[in-house]
Amino acid sequence: MKLTKTLLATSYLTLTATMAVSDGHMASEMTIVSWGGAYTASQQAAYHDPYMENTGIAIINDDSSSEGIAKMRAMNEAGNITWDLVDLEAADAIRACDEGLALEIDHDADLAAAPDGTSASEDFGDMIVSECFIPQIVFSTTFGYRTDMLADGAVAPKGACDVFDLETYPGRRGLNRQPIANMEWALLCDGVAYEDVYDILETEQGQEQAFAMLDTIKSETIWWSSAAESIQLLADGEVFMASSYNGRLFAAIVEQDQPFGMAWNWQMFDLDGWVVPAGLSEERLARTMDFLNFATDTQRLADQAKYISYGPARASSAPLVGKHATLGIDMAPHMPTDPNNAENTFVNNYEWWADYRDDLDAKFQAWLAQ
Amino acid sequence: MTDTSTQPSGPVLAADGTPLKRSLNRALRRQKIRALMLIAPLLLFILITFIWPIAQMLFRSVENQIVSDVLPSTVASLADWDGAEGTTPGDETFYALTQDLMAAVVRKDHTRLGSRLNYETTGISSLFRKSGRKVDDMGEVYTDQFVGLDDAWEDPATWVALMADLRWVAAQSEWDGEGDEPAFRLNADAANALPKTAAAYQTFATTIQIEDNDSPTEEEPWNTVYLALYADLSADASTQVDGAQSELIATAAAEVGSFETEDLRASFVDIDEDWDTHDTWSTIKTYSPDLTNGYFLNAVDLQKTPDGSEWRPENEQIYIELFWRTLLMSFAITASCILLGYPVAWLLANLPMRSANILMILVLLPFWTSLLVRTSAWKVLLQDQGVINSLLVWIGVIADDNRLALINNATGTIIAMTHILLPFMILPLYSVMKTIPPTYLRAAKSLGATNWTAFWRVYFPQSVPGIGAGSILVFILAIGYYITPEIVGGTKGVFISNRIAYHISSSLNWGLAAALGSILLALVLLFYWLYDKIVGIDNVKLGG
Amino acid sequence: MSATASDAAFVEFERVQKSYDGENLVVKDLNLSMPQGEFLTMLGPSGSGKTTCLMMLAGFETATHGEIRLDGVSINNIPPHKRGIGMVFQNYALFPHMTVGENLAFPLEVRKMGKSDRDEKVRRALDMVQMGAFAGRRPAQLSGGQQQRIALARALVFQPELVLMDEPLGALDKQLRETLQFEITNLAHELGITVVYVTHDQTEALTMSDRVAVFDDGRIQQLAPPDELYEAPQNSFVAQFIGENNTLEGVVKEIKGDTCIVQLDSGDIIDAKPVNVATVGERTRVSIRPERVEFDKNRLSPYAHTLKATVKEFIYMGDIFRTRLSVAGTEDFVIKSRNAPDQTRLTPGREIEIGWLPQDCRALDA
Repeated sequence: MKLTKTLLATSYLTLTATMAVSDGHMASEMTIVSWGGAYTASQQAAYHDPYMENTGIAIINDDSSSEGIAKMRAMNEAGNITWDLVDLEAADAIRACDEGLALEIDHDADLAAAPDGTSASEDFGDMIVSECFIPQIVFSTTFGYRTDMLADGAVAPKGACDVFDLETYPGRRGLNRQPIANMEWALLCDGVAYEDVYDILETEQGQEQAFAMLDTIKSETIWWSSAAESIQLLADGEVFMASSYNGRLFAAIVEQDQPFGMAWNWQMFDLDGWVVPAGLSEERLARTMDFLNFATDTQRLADQAKYISYGPARASSAPLVGKHATLGIDMAPHMPTDPNNAENTFVNNYEWWADYRDDLDAKFQAWLAQ
Repeated sequence: MTDTSTQPSGPVLAADGTPLKRSLNRALRRQKIRALMLIAPLLLFILITFIWPIAQMLFRSVENQIVSDVLPSTVASLADWDGAEGTTPGDETFYALTQDLMAAVVRKDHTRLGSRLNYETTGISSLFRKSGRKVDDMGEVYTDQFVGLDDAWEDPATWVALMADLRWVAAQSEWDGEGDEPAFRLNADAANALPKTAAAYQTFATTIQIEDNDSPTEEEPWNTVYLALYADLSADASTQVDGAQSELIATAAAEVGSFETEDLRASFVDIDEDWDTHDTWSTIKTYSPDLTNGYFLNAVDLQKTPDGSEWRPENEQIYIELFWRTLLMSFAITASCILLGYPVAWLLANLPMRSANILMILVLLPFWTSLLVRTSAWKVLLQDQGVINSLLVWIGVIADDNRLALINNATGTIIAMTHILLPFMILPLYSVMKTIPPTYLRAAKSLGATNWTAFWRVYFPQSVPGIGAGSILVFILAIGYYITPEIVGGTKGVFISNRIAYHISSSLNWGLAAALGSILLALVLLFYWLYDKIVGIDNVKLGG
Repeated sequence: MSATASDAAFVEFERVQKSYDGENLVVKDLNLSMPQGEFLTMLGPSGSGKTTCLMMLAGFETATHGEIRLDGVSINNIPPHKRGIGMVFQNYALFPHMTVGENLAFPLEVRKMGKSDRDEKVRRALDMVQMGAFAGRRPAQLSGGQQQRIALARALVFQPELVLMDEPLGALDKQLRETLQFEITNLAHELGITVVYVTHDQTEALTMSDRVAVFDDGRIQQLAPPDELYEAPQNSFVAQFIGENNTLEGVVKEIKGDTCIVQLDSGDIIDAKPVNVATVGERTRVSIRPERVEFDKNRLSPYAHTLKATVKEFIYMGDIFRTRLSVAGTEDFVIKSRNAPDQTRLTPGREIEIGWLPQDCRALDA
């Protein structure tokens, strides 16, 4: 029966096509996941291009980092890892490590030492916040404001606490729609000493204090959920002041000539870096580690700072940071790590947030919905 | 088969003598199989790519195996703890926790469990991470003392001789190093004489074989094995084993009474005080069954307690409100789609072909533009400094300092989503209206009805199936939308789907996301059922 | 004709024109006057303007020019629902979401009639069309004929004086159509209502109507009772359109009172009755009904002109014989003869001579 055979064949094809768990990888290809936009462009210029030239391996960019950890989990459960290397924020990297989605790294063995021989783990220092995490850059969540919307004679805002000063700086604010950083700023600007912030935030009263502080500007705040949105809010004049990532603000000010100023005080440092997905085949793993070794060496990290104003995570790269690749301006003053920018800074307390993220997020969303 | 053809009262027979009914059934079955095979490719495709993943996802909303998988003996020993307020479990549980945690750390499971339990009680994530770092030191005091008695205790060979089944020893020695080492097997006598030690050693051997590709013949056991040995020997000083190790055991059994001991509870509390709190232990106990309704309780602002459920603190309640908001706004969107779509569909159905085609392109145009572009366009239009507000200020309808809040709230979501979903209302309405001949209206008018009566009594009732189909489409699409509310909804215009997306991609709390999704699915089915009861599902037409 | 008919015009069209696009007239200068109680049929091919006229009367189309009067009052600007005209549509137009009873009650309801009066009238209207048992059914549960009966009852239930019917029987099979034709005429005459009936079926028009208006090209070609229309068509379109007809073309040679002599293009000479030819030498088209052609010399006047003909085909049709002849250059000249015991059956190939009474052969416009 011819029809029967045709039908059976079609079914079989459908079945195999849907079930196909092909590796999808040519021997000379590597899929690297990052954030897209200017950030991926800086990685492309600083390490993908030279690496491809040296080795002939083709690097495919996948701009999925914003949902990277969820996709890594889905791949892990399906047993079909299509990514070779993933760029994640430190908090997500810790989570990926906890969930067993990322491979633990021996930083000294797997990564290049500094030119002066300092071991990688010492060169990266505190930035290795997880065994799975290979730090890449330091960025900060800080503030930008519209210089043209500043009231006549008013002093330019200096940092996070000016967000809470509606009298001097009337107008809308743009803040991230999540508790991290906002809760710390609320307490710091309410007079809590930095050392005590997380201890106080652990308590009900501390959380209430933070929410009460945020309440004072709640009606004037537009909550953003992606960094591009925060820049757009500023550019459209929808807000006077907004939190955003320093690199995005730099690009808007320097590359697009937007009338923005930076208010650095109490900027929150955060890290971004690589994780290697767990479950790669030996061959792919070897290739990935080879790339990692190259891409995180002292020179490559310093090179990246030519294209974007994020600080290299290696101590040994800092002296090598030079001028912007196309604009020719000195990059050092635009780095979040430049001591002249801010009197006060703080570092995202990853471990604390790993504990309190779920709880505070629920409370934060409930507070937003009120 | 008996010959029934001679009996006139028997079943009717086909030409070949088989009963007609059976013949017919056979013919029909063949047809059915053919039909089934025709749709088989699609059926398989849908089953594999759609139904199965959804079923799997929904199963997550109750699945909770991780606790008993990672902490099997702890869970077992917690059964003896009544969970009374202010108490913590006994020392047995801490012993079990030490054993479980050691293996979990090697398997790198403990942080995953920590994340899971942290959804329920804040702080457990770091509790497990911290404890995991230090658990391998626990019981070291016993290791040192056993080794102090006899160096043989350090030797992996001693342990293999004591614990391993002879058949495994034989298989292991024959193993050529290619592939995996034969899985370790415990010897029954050892298991009888030293039950805890045997269990701990079995865990040790299996775990290092699987996780590290190490062999028990080459690795000194973990401290937890010595801890177990101490526990066995101190419980029964007269313990004896046969064979070469009998003397070793006998010596140790005689000595353990004078061993320096370690208080495991104290060690854990030393790592983190949370081990001494009722909350931590009651969370572990509450979530120890393989299936849990905890996610569903969380999804409706309740929390699971050892004796049932209770409301979450008020400052954490959000889901019920979000469900309400999602439903109300979806209704509002459906209603505004009907109001705006009905006249357009009517025009489409009644204009001359050429004008109708142009109008149809205008209706479909949004379909061909990316959702993000459309939503962002609304942003440009609706925002404070946006086109609409600026126009109104320019006309002088509103003051410059009193611009309308059209975006980042419920209004923005309703406006943008009405626009996006409008074609889903217009198209079914149009295809139904197209089938209503204009003679009905003429007939009604000739019978004396005014234009309005003719429309309301004659045309409108016949277009109701189109409204029904459009409403179901729009409502069901609206209830699950999340991109548009995320972009234009601010804080008051977001839907439950936005929380689902958050739990899927950021918090990784897939169980809660699945529970929220299941409830949403149930709500949709409920409304579908209500619709069927009230309007009747036969009254839904997509055309023709 | 109905006894209640009065000569005072009940429905009047005066110089009515209609154009949809501003370029072409669909209805050209229509003048029509109907007395009350008349059953008038508008007959014509599709696109002849008959339905447009009906729609203008019903109020669904507006006249581009001219005046339409109902009972002496101009109704040009009266919306359809205030005209009080009953209407029956080709596809019945029964409201599918209402029962038969509700359909019938609808016109009474919009007239704000009380429920008990309504029920009574609905019952009577249903009985009138023998559908009393069907009040609770939905239209979809009825056959085509039953639906048309209901549609008729609905158009009559509010007792309009004028009822318009737009090809009401077009979708029914032949037998049902004939039954309903009979019922409709009976009902119309019983109730004394005025009916304007549109159809393209000439048999229907001839059997049902008091008068028939034959439409073509936006004009009434002839308005006359059925017999006159058949026997005395005023022009060659009507002659062609109504019934079967043989036509021959030629030139008028001589006119003498109510007879004339026509020389056909083949050169033969025939007798005819001048209907719309006026002068000698004019081209004409003569028209002879097949049943009026004689081939038995004994039954013709000795002075009559005859034509030679060859039998081409003989068809036995039961009640009549139909014979096709080759005459004066045409191959499809038809004659019909009654199947009587003494009737000759013409065999193909036979040469005969045919002729007719001069008054049966009408010289019309070319």
